[in-house]
Amino acid sequence: MSILVIAEHDNSSLKQATLNVVAAAKAIGGDIDVLVAGENCGAVAEAAAKAEGVNKVLVADNAAYGHFLGENLGELVAEVGKGYSHILAAAGTVGKDFMPRVAALLDVAQVSDIMRVESEDTFVRPIYAGNAIATVKSSDSIKVVTVRPTAFDPVAAEGGSAAVEQLDVVKDAGLSQFVSEELAKSDRPELASAGIVVSGGRGMQNGDNFKMLEQVADLMGAAVGASRAAVDAGFVPNDMQVGQTGKIVAPQLYIAVGISGAIQHLAGMSDSKVIVAINKDEEAPIFQVADYGLVADLFEAVPQLEEELKKVL
Amino acid sequence: MKVLVAVKRVIDYNVKVRVKPDNTGVDLANVKMAMNPFCEIAVEEAVRLKEKGVASEIVVVSIGPKASQEQIRTALALGADRGIHVETDEEVQSLEAAKLLKAVVEKEEPKLVILGKQSIDSDNNQTGQMLAALTGMGQGTFASEVVVEGDKVNVTREVDGGLMTVALNLPAVVTTDLRLNEPRYASLPNIMKAKKKPLDNMSPADLGVDIAPRLSTLKVEAPASRQAGVKVADVAELVDKLKNEAKVI
Ligand SMILES: Cc1cc2nc3c(=O)[nH]c(=O)nc-3n(C[C@H](O)[C@H](O)[C@H](O)COP(=O)(O)OP(=O)(O)OC[C@H]3O[C@@H](n4cnc5c(N)ncnc54)[C@H](O)[C@@H]3O)c2cc1C
Repeated sequence: MSILVIAEHDNSSLKQATLNVVAAAKAIGGDIDVLVAGENCGAVAEAAAKAEGVNKVLVADNAAYGHFLGENLGELVAEVGKGYSHILAAAGTVGKDFMPRVAALLDVAQVSDIMRVESEDTFVRPIYAGNAIATVKSSDSIKVVTVRPTAFDPVAAEGGSAAVEQLDVVKDAGLSQFVSEELAKSDRPELASAGIVVSGGRGMQNGDNFKMLEQVADLMGAAVGASRAAVDAGFVPNDMQVGQTGKIVAPQLYIAVGISGAIQHLAGMSDSKVIVAINKDEEAPIFQVADYGLVADLFEAVPQLEEELKKVL
Repeated sequence: MKVLVAVKRVIDYNVKVRVKPDNTGVDLANVKMAMNPFCEIAVEEAVRLKEKGVASEIVVVSIGPKASQEQIRTALALGADRGIHVETDEEVQSLEAAKLLKAVVEKEEPKLVILGKQSIDSDNNQTGQMLAALTGMGQGTFASEVVVEGDKVNVTREVDGGLMTVALNLPAVVTTDLRLNEPRYASLPNIMKAKKKPLDNMSPADLGVDIAPRLSTLKVEAPASRQAGVKVADVAELVDKLKNEAKVI
């Protein structure tokens, strides 16, 4: 078996999710190659070559891949990947965009968002917002799989010494152009891989009040997340949404503030190790999954939390 | 221009899903079904394009059992002009759905195809992208804004880092995210009118598509359930527990 892992990166650094996907590839077993497609992404290729368990790094460095457009990546990965038994990528917005294109071009099914590897052709994945867990077997010759990064412990980032090989395949489908992007800038850890996440919901009432959560988060080195209701209401940007249709997080500690605990929200955070809920409604469903529940008005509890944390941290 | 919208009949998003005791799937007997929420957003977007004079005709297509006609009628009541029902009682997976939709696209030749980014049953997030690949179209996935300008469509996409705007040549595929719009409700007179709108029925065989699934589901289980923990009296107790009991800070 030979597995092609598509690296997730921003042209300058390798995202941790790639190491989680390599771990999923190891669970399948076989030679693991990593494809780094991007523009001026040499540093990413070097980082990928150091990852534990990687056999070879393939680099497709071209302007056509600079913004990770699904049309171009789809053609590239279908071409490079057709010699492999498995093609894996993280189930982030880049992987979700181009991988189904790869599958369709290869005329194979895709298995989305796997949480576990049972065998080379059988995988475990959530359906119905995680209210059911399906074990699915693929009968296709090439398995196209997206991986839920939080479900696999990352391989070591250092220690490997894979060969790096430049590819000269340029695939520009000519169907799409990049226009602009508005990326959230934050000094806090990335939501999807942070060890602690503090999230706010509709109970926060407005975007300004999120500053209270940011202060608490900064004391603990945490990321800040949100419910859909908080994003829809315009309190915070979309990249902060946790849930079935937002980001999946599984930190050591998840603190839900003013969040009721709808199933779609739980789908994104219920694999957290410890869950804390602060909510003034003692009937809120979030308390059914919380390890520690505090029934309180958040506008009193959050400033107190900041004070108490200052004492102990 | 003509807009094609694909809609799927799924379990209503408010329903608490139960796994069948024999682990073969989830229990759908006597459960409320509805249009997938992302498909509602797709229909709404098409209707708004028509109201702006950008779209001239909206064709809505659904693949599924006879009862999927309810969702097509809902879309017609919301403003779609006519419906296509690809009827089958078999399970249709994403790749096969994309192939069926490709066949419909070849017949209808729409300028824009709008789909939900994922259906809340399989949570696959695949069909739109697969359709785009099979038809050689560009794709604007996870859209939060769609602006048609001449022979291009600009799509602002919700991505992990924030927002990204791409320009696609038409025809193109767009998949909707939650913040693209807020779907309206159908009015009673429009529900009545929808009953008279044309609805074509066809089978996968009519479209020449083999829908045999490539993935088999070996079992479906309930997720490991979390136990509710304890209620703490105040913030001081909470911090003490996090530090000394859970040891996470
Ligand atoms: C297709 C679809 C996909 C979805 N995807 C997602 C998703 O990915 N992520 C997601 O989060 N949701 C998602 N949702 C939405 C989800 O169903 C809920 O509507 C949403 O999670 C509710 O957000 P909330 O808990 O912040 O708001 P609410 O449910 O309104 O809860 C607010 C909570 O704040 C508490 N509160 C209010 N004031 C205070 C105060 N002063 N102090 C303490 N507590 C207070 C209230 O008691 C209440 O429990 C989706 C829905 C659909 C249909």
